[in-house]
Amino acid sequence: MVSVRALHLGEITPEVRKGHGVSPGDHPKMTTNDTHVGASTKSSGSSVVASVGQWMTSSDHKKIGRLFIGWSLVHAIEVAVIGIIFGLERMSPSSMQIFDGDAALQLSWLFRHVLVLGLLAPLFIGIAIAVVPMQVGSKAIAFPRLAQYGFWAWFFGSGLVLISLIANGGPNGGNADMGDLFLMGVGLLLVGLLSASISVATTILTSRALGMSLDMIPAFSWSALIASIATLLTVPVAMSNIIYLYVDHTYAQNAFGGGKGMETWLGWIYSAPHTFVFVIMALGVLAEVAPVAARVRQPLRPVLLGGIALISTATIGAVTQTNHVLDLSGTNGDKLSSTVLFLLTNGLPLLGMLVALAVAMLSFKEGKPTVNAAFAFSILGVLMILAGATGSFLANIKDADLQGTSFAEGVTLYLAYGGVLVALGALTHWAPKLWGVVLDDKKVLGLAGLGLIGTVLSSLPLYIAGFADQPANIVTGFDYDGPVALWNVLAAAGSALIALVVLAYVGLLVAAVRAGAGAKDDPWDAHTLEWSIPSPAPANNFASLATVSSSEPLLDAKPSQEVPA
Amino acid sequence: MTLALPSAPSQTSRRQVLVGTALVAAAAGMLIAGMLAMWMKFRAGAPTRESADGLKIIKDWMSKDIIVPEVAANTMFATFPFAALMAQWAVYAAKRRDGQHRSLALVILFGIGIAIVNAQVAIYAQMEVVVAEGAFGAMFYAITGTMLALIVSGMAFTAVAFFRSVGGRDDDLQVISANALYWYFLTAAFTAVWFFVYVQK
Repeated sequence: MVSVRALHLGEITPEVRKGHGVSPGDHPKMTTNDTHVGASTKSSGSSVVASVGQWMTSSDHKKIGRLFIGWSLVHAIEVAVIGIIFGLERMSPSSMQIFDGDAALQLSWLFRHVLVLGLLAPLFIGIAIAVVPMQVGSKAIAFPRLAQYGFWAWFFGSGLVLISLIANGGPNGGNADMGDLFLMGVGLLLVGLLSASISVATTILTSRALGMSLDMIPAFSWSALIASIATLLTVPVAMSNIIYLYVDHTYAQNAFGGGKGMETWLGWIYSAPHTFVFVIMALGVLAEVAPVAARVRQPLRPVLLGGIALISTATIGAVTQTNHVLDLSGTNGDKLSSTVLFLLTNGLPLLGMLVALAVAMLSFKEGKPTVNAAFAFSILGVLMILAGATGSFLANIKDADLQGTSFAEGVTLYLAYGGVLVALGALTHWAPKLWGVVLDDKKVLGLAGLGLIGTVLSSLPLYIAGFADQPANIVTGFDYDGPVALWNVLAAAGSALIALVVLAYVGLLVAAVRAGAGAKDDPWDAHTLEWSIPSPAPANNFASLATVSSSEPLLDAKPSQEVPA
Repeated sequence: MTLALPSAPSQTSRRQVLVGTALVAAAAGMLIAGMLAMWMKFRAGAPTRESADGLKIIKDWMSKDIIVPEVAANTMFATFPFAALMAQWAVYAAKRRDGQHRSLALVILFGIGIAIVNAQVAIYAQMEVVVAEGAFGAMFYAITGTMLALIVSGMAFTAVAFFRSVGGRDDDLQVISANALYWYFLTAAFTAVWFFVYVQK
């Protein structure tokens, strides 16, 4: 038997033993621990260079995950600033205010690129790398060097893309050499995301604690597995296009349409349904946080896991590289074919999100909920993602006539900024394990509210402007009846709020880490294995491995394994 | 009162390399499938022209001057199952802890890999496809080049397995099984490439 002192469990209340909730004041008493890695690192006094070198070469999954998370949040601020510029530029679409035509075009590509591949995808992959090994009871991530390579490939690939777009080398750009660099950069960062996904999926498939069958893994790890496999199926298809485009663009430029061809053949990577693949983990975060906040075991867990898995049907839409539009003209056969494809690629992912949301919220009905910051961020973010998915559903109905309008931009922003909100919720939830701190709940709750306002402001006006036929990804040369300036100023203000929220959140986190307020090992009275180890998590996570027999091993262990002192 | 979780026995075999290789093979399979799908799409969309004998209308997809060296292409196709056979032999020997046959199988497998690469280079030399000549040229080099890169990766994997084998790793069944799995994938992938690129053209 592994003693509680080794696993750092707390004392158990009778309520937990019964598998029901516990009252807010019944937090278990945590054991203390003086072997925290964070503590020893602080006192080491190593030089900055050594510290940087340690971060660059570390195979500790928590460091690799935090690198992904940190740079993704930098991109979040970057993309919000671009959103502000974009909105201001569109205030008066009859003439250019800030940039010339080429620069605006490349800026629009930078906006789309960073939103999806610089922010949304790596942010959740980073959280998965940092958290999943602890959740499944593993001492390390599978193939840590591959995960590390994944980060650096993504990092340098992102840099190449940025350089190429600044030098007018993106899709429809005027600099052919930089166009090659753009393709190389996107290819490199996709290889990075693939590498990280392989590492995460292999960890879940091979490194689970003894007794933890796949249906017992925590909801977030399940969503990480689904998202990783979906990424493994869709991203290589994007890679195949990039290889063709690169060879054609470098040597011929006649088969794939040169710079314009990049937009034609790569545009699908940055739009729904492919973007749904990158928000699967957002539902996993909510499903993880909600039952903990409600202090109850997750009801209907198999349905929840099924709902999360259902979102991966977006993969079918992604690999076909097209939006399957609902077109009810033509023969009955045409209508049937169109409806089936539309529902398969747009309806099922939306249904999966609704099921996962509904079942996750069931825990609030059955438990004794307390609304904490992690839950607030998660639920608000998921609602925003749902608004994006619903928008995507509507945008692909032909009669709605929304194709090619700013409505699609609104969809991407709802998904990306909603994803950011959920990710901030996840970071709040797992901050004790990643940084050894618990963030101030009231302050973070305020940021969640601001984040909601920011996301709605940045996206909803683009939905409305889409109905007025404001074109997508274009900043000038359009007009329509309606308050053009108002919608675009609101969108800019929304992006400004998101930048503010991210900056303030990072500020709170840094302040908490600098204050060094040590977090308890299990501050949320949580259910899964990561809360059985010290905060922050030590380098090899578990001092000794445990056997589990349910999806809430910590709750099980607390009541059922009591032994006399 | 103290509490405890039941402790796990010492670490069991985790099959990480095998599962990781399966995931890589799945991703690489989607890469090749994506490339073949685009190949077929472009081929289907190519304009039509009269055949050389003027008797029928054919797709103007590949230049009239290009002749596919079928001997080399078919030899490659026929060689892949032997590669898979050698990889499986290595697994069989590894299960029996037969180091000599395990290493021999891996050496032969590597040699087959060299022969396959040689055949691909011969195809390039004989076909003389111009990369800038329409969609066919660019796509031909892109898809066969990608396949070649995957084959070279398999050879590198085999080389690593071989050196581990001659280094006395008698418990290396997982790595050798993963190597075999990858060569099975290569066989399947090349079969598809062979059919669509060299047979159907």
